[in-house]
Amino acid sequence: MNDMTLTKEQREARLEGMGCKRKRVEDIRFTQGRGNYVDDVKLPGMLHGDFVRSPHPHARIRSINKDAALKVPGVLAVLTADDLKGVNLAWMPTLAGDVQMVLADGKVLFQNQEVAFVVATDRYAADDGVNAVEVDYEPLPVLVDPFKSMDADAPVLREDLEGKMTGAHGPRKHHNHIFEWTVGDRDLTDAAFRKAEVTIKEMISYHRTHPSPLETCQSVCSFDKIKGELTIWGTFQAPHVIRTVVALISKIPEHKIHVIAPDIGGGFGNKVGAYPGYICSAVASIVTGRPVKWVEDRIENLTSTSFARDYHMTTEIAATKEGKVTGLRVHVLADHGAFDACADPSKWPAGFFNIVTGSYDFPTAHLAVDGVYTNKAPGGVAYRCSFRVTEAAYCIERGMDILAQKLGMDPAELRLKNFVRPEQFPYQSALGWEYDSGDYHTAMRKAMETVQYEDLRKEQAAKREAFRRGETREIMGVGISFFTEIVGAGPSKNCDILGIAMFDSCEIRLHPTGAGIARVGSKSQGQGHETTWAQIIATELGIPADDIMVEEGNTDTAPYGLGTYGSRSTPVAGAAIAMAARKIRAKAQMIAAYLLEVHEGDLEFDIDGFRVKGLPERFKSMKEICWAAYNSIPPGMEPGLEAVSYYDPPNMTYPFGAYICVMDIDVDTGVYKVRRFYALDDCGTRINPMIIEGQVHGGLTEAFAIAMGQEIRYDDNGNVVTGSLMDFFLPTAVETPHWETDFTVTPSPHHPIGAKGVGESPNVGGVPAFSNAVNDAFSFLGSTHIQMPHDFWRNWQAAKTLGALG
Amino acid sequence: MAKTHVTMTVNGAEVEGLVEPRTLLIHFIRENLQLTGAHIGCETTHCGACTVDIDGMSVKSCTMFAVQANGSAITTIEGIANADGTLSALQEGFRQMHGLQCGFCTPGMIVRAHRLLQENPSPTEEEIRFGIAGNLCRCTGYQNIVKAIQYASAKINGVEFREAAE
Amino acid sequence: MIPGAFNYHCPSTVADAVALLSSLGDEARPLAGGHSLIPMMKLRLATPEHLIDLHGIASLKGIRQEADRLVIGAMTTQHELLASPEVSAAFPILKETALLIADPQVRYRGTLGGNVVNGDPGNDMPALMMTLHASYRLEGPDGVRDVAASDFYQGAYFTALEPGELLTAITIPFTASGHGYAYEKLKRKVGDYATAAAAVMLTMANGKVESCSIGLTNLSDTPLLAEAAADAVIGTGLDDDTLKKASERAQEIMSPAADARGPVEYRKHVGGIMVMRALKRAAARAA
Repeated sequence: MNDMTLTKEQREARLEGMGCKRKRVEDIRFTQGRGNYVDDVKLPGMLHGDFVRSPHPHARIRSINKDAALKVPGVLAVLTADDLKGVNLAWMPTLAGDVQMVLADGKVLFQNQEVAFVVATDRYAADDGVNAVEVDYEPLPVLVDPFKSMDADAPVLREDLEGKMTGAHGPRKHHNHIFEWTVGDRDLTDAAFRKAEVTIKEMISYHRTHPSPLETCQSVCSFDKIKGELTIWGTFQAPHVIRTVVALISKIPEHKIHVIAPDIGGGFGNKVGAYPGYICSAVASIVTGRPVKWVEDRIENLTSTSFARDYHMTTEIAATKEGKVTGLRVHVLADHGAFDACADPSKWPAGFFNIVTGSYDFPTAHLAVDGVYTNKAPGGVAYRCSFRVTEAAYCIERGMDILAQKLGMDPAELRLKNFVRPEQFPYQSALGWEYDSGDYHTAMRKAMETVQYEDLRKEQAAKREAFRRGETREIMGVGISFFTEIVGAGPSKNCDILGIAMFDSCEIRLHPTGAGIARVGSKSQGQGHETTWAQIIATELGIPADDIMVEEGNTDTAPYGLGTYGSRSTPVAGAAIAMAARKIRAKAQMIAAYLLEVHEGDLEFDIDGFRVKGLPERFKSMKEICWAAYNSIPPGMEPGLEAVSYYDPPNMTYPFGAYICVMDIDVDTGVYKVRRFYALDDCGTRINPMIIEGQVHGGLTEAFAIAMGQEIRYDDNGNVVTGSLMDFFLPTAVETPHWETDFTVTPSPHHPIGAKGVGESPNVGGVPAFSNAVNDAFSFLGSTHIQMPHDFWRNWQAAKTLGALG
Repeated sequence: MAKTHVTMTVNGAEVEGLVEPRTLLIHFIRENLQLTGAHIGCETTHCGACTVDIDGMSVKSCTMFAVQANGSAITTIEGIANADGTLSALQEGFRQMHGLQCGFCTPGMIVRAHRLLQENPSPTEEEIRFGIAGNLCRCTGYQNIVKAIQYASAKINGVEFREAAE
Repeated sequence: MIPGAFNYHCPSTVADAVALLSSLGDEARPLAGGHSLIPMMKLRLATPEHLIDLHGIASLKGIRQEADRLVIGAMTTQHELLASPEVSAAFPILKETALLIADPQVRYRGTLGGNVVNGDPGNDMPALMMTLHASYRLEGPDGVRDVAASDFYQGAYFTALEPGELLTAITIPFTASGHGYAYEKLKRKVGDYATAAAAVMLTMANGKVESCSIGLTNLSDTPLLAEAAADAVIGTGLDDDTLKKASERAQEIMSPAADARGPVEYRKHVGGIMVMRALKRAAARAA
């Protein structure tokens, strides 16, 4: 049936396929309070678990007395490490090849570490029980500063590793050393520096922060003793990986483990890893025979599950005096806290930090990363970025500004001079990546034209003069960031998690009436997959997006996938969706040929069906073909219209963008105002421009917070001083600047639909834009680099140090 | 601890329950009444995910005891839709303007915006931003939430909604 | 984060509340808006055995004029202050300050009485009350007394409130018409306590400051009245040197704590800036 009354445009519009600002399917339930998040799961007889946590950052545990807690009405059990040893779960493996205490085994290594797990009839009784557990601690010397971690007299943190001088990533140099990771040609790079006309060197720190999604980490575990089955509802960005990890460490057969990630209230990397709460709620359910819920509170979230960043990057660039870069040398001291629980692909202890050459054509580069232990919470997750990519982008984008300053050159001009040129793609970087596509010059020039860059510099020059004359106390900064991301982990040749290749998957079933379901291995935490995945299928198959239901997060029904983080959903799962759809389309074409009594090759796909070439009236719609797939299939063909695709990407994708931030700073108070922020993103093919814009707004807001004050800060004694939302900066609508968005489109040549991923670009590119704006504002007073975060008092301190307070 | 009997009107219906004095209103709403739209995001009165409307006031229900709501009239997100079950102007605005992503802050945000528009049917952007500053969102950067509220304001006032120029 | 168990009381008269407070002693705490107390209870930093909810006492509500003063019931919320025409007319600075407190939801529940009485140095209203020469009506087992705001604060969370006493009203004498006012508050974000804040009330005559009162928030373990700073501006036209002098006099009495808002030096520095900015803005508003 070809509805000839509709125009081509109307038929396309009806599909709501790729490129359409389709309104979100999810919003119908979310706007009515009908989402189903983990804490909404309520099972008969369900118990609640809550943690006793250590007030000390480093201490030996002399004793734990449960007696008083067990007398609290409603308390059923108190689990400690000794109890977990019975099931071999006192420690758990981390994704980074280390082990981590589930409950403190003999000592605690960071403040708020999990010490005991109290199980009670409701959350009130559990909290009462927590307050009744008595723990006797013997405080030990505390190691906070990563730069002192490898001192000869530094306290031994990980007694379990004593004598083990080889870790998961090679030799260890010291008892607090985790790994050294090097990439690039050291000799060639050293030679480039010896020959360089101009060099810069700066220690650029990217402070410790936290993803802090609005919903904390939580789980509900229910063990069925009769069937021997464990069902886990949890805040999981990667539910299949969780199922495999649970199978490996619990010895419950993997098919008897059902992991369900329901609606998730934001993830940003916080919900990739496995946490003690998940393990303890599972063990507690096995022990008590009843379902057990664990819900983290905000303070616990900020202080125990998954910090991000904490990279201290000594950055050197060599260049000619004309400003052509000739070499890059970076040493990173990476503070991993008490356990190496980084959620990176297994072979990448510093993630993809070797994207640090950025958007520039460095002939040679060398990178060395040393990971160390300190008395801080474990983590090191990719907070709204691909693995360690935001650290790398910050490093190089600050470095380029510092070089421009030294050369007396405009930072935009320096970038334009050194960009990888369009004809160089696919481009082999000095640190081993193959950039798929890009047109950096076009993007940069469009950004500069839009913000009228030249005029901004003129205004800045005038304001600086006025400041010098004492006519104003305000200074102005223009921050540029031109980032290249590396996302879509990843090709099996270089990416795995615990040995599982980082493919992703999709299964599509079309039903007889022309509607269908797609199940995908990714897991939305707000990205709107239910909406956008259907748009890909709509375009590929000619079925209206409204007729496709997308389901994710149930490991019993979804094909195995590695989940959603590192902007991998569109590059990997998105490709699997397109490939599954194309398998169906191929079969549909055979059915259409049979129905139209022509050869397959005589047909062409036309929006929502197949048409005989040259005979436009001979047409079979996909709806008709769906019916036929269950009714009048060609002889010898299996009925049905289904396909599964497991997609192993041939390469990563490399989104890029040009961001410009204009900021004014009052030197007397350090108070800043973001006057303008322009963000141009190139994420290749755009599936839903509305959702892309929303992702950019959100990522920029997180970048703004991180650059301007969001910090997990420890005092010298190892106490967290920013452990609640009073001090941990999550901006409100009042502080948040207005965002301008723009785009260019450079499709990925290797991706089936040319898409690259966008969710994390704004965080990766945003942070250096803000920081460069602050640094640019102060640079005329003689500073080269001011560390983040740029909160009010630190801006004031910079002004004072530079003598700007008169 | 002895339990206290409470009654209140929630989304137009009389409800009752037995609560400990320390039972927080958010837990009474979510656990006893099984209205799970309002969420718990911080427990320290910062995030606003637990916002409900009590006797014409936007209240963070994690910072009030259920006994204190005895005799009150409460509206939660579940009571915001139009009487015929269609989305209210605000709910529609949030969908049309992409004013939500993960959806976790959305119930509190919409309930708060509902009261804001009752008090000020035509707020400026600045008034909207100030008026929702007790609600944190980690996904949207607020820009589209502002537009969503402007959309609802226009619809309620019967005027054509024009998106502010970028 | 669950509060410990407690007994709940909801008296309907001040006398009943005072009787409960007297008989239950240290184990009892009055509950107003609850936005300071309940989070502390959830962290179990406060574990009262009895909570005496003041919401049932009608006489603690309301704003009324009494001769030369405005009397504000202790349970009047920030939101009600903002909506009050009497407050807008007589004390626009009260409105300016209330708008800088917390966020909309908290202002619906948070009360003026709760803000001034608990002795939290981060609260904004205490310094303003001192600046306005307000007094607090305290009712206890031994009767009623009025204590000047400037005599009330003794240390962080320590006040002149005696056991068994309840704050029932705040009384603010009317000020000269045409006064200038400003509350300058530097904070990191909505919902934060002041990094530093200054309240200024002044009158001008012939371009010179005739009277002036300056209060400081969160710059010591109590709110401060910066009397020497205020004296320094009397009779001046608030020229730059005078502003600087006032700022320095104010800084002399500041002793803020270092916290995530910044080190001591910064907080004192911006404390001085808040004083200067409040003075300038107040003068510009004075008739």
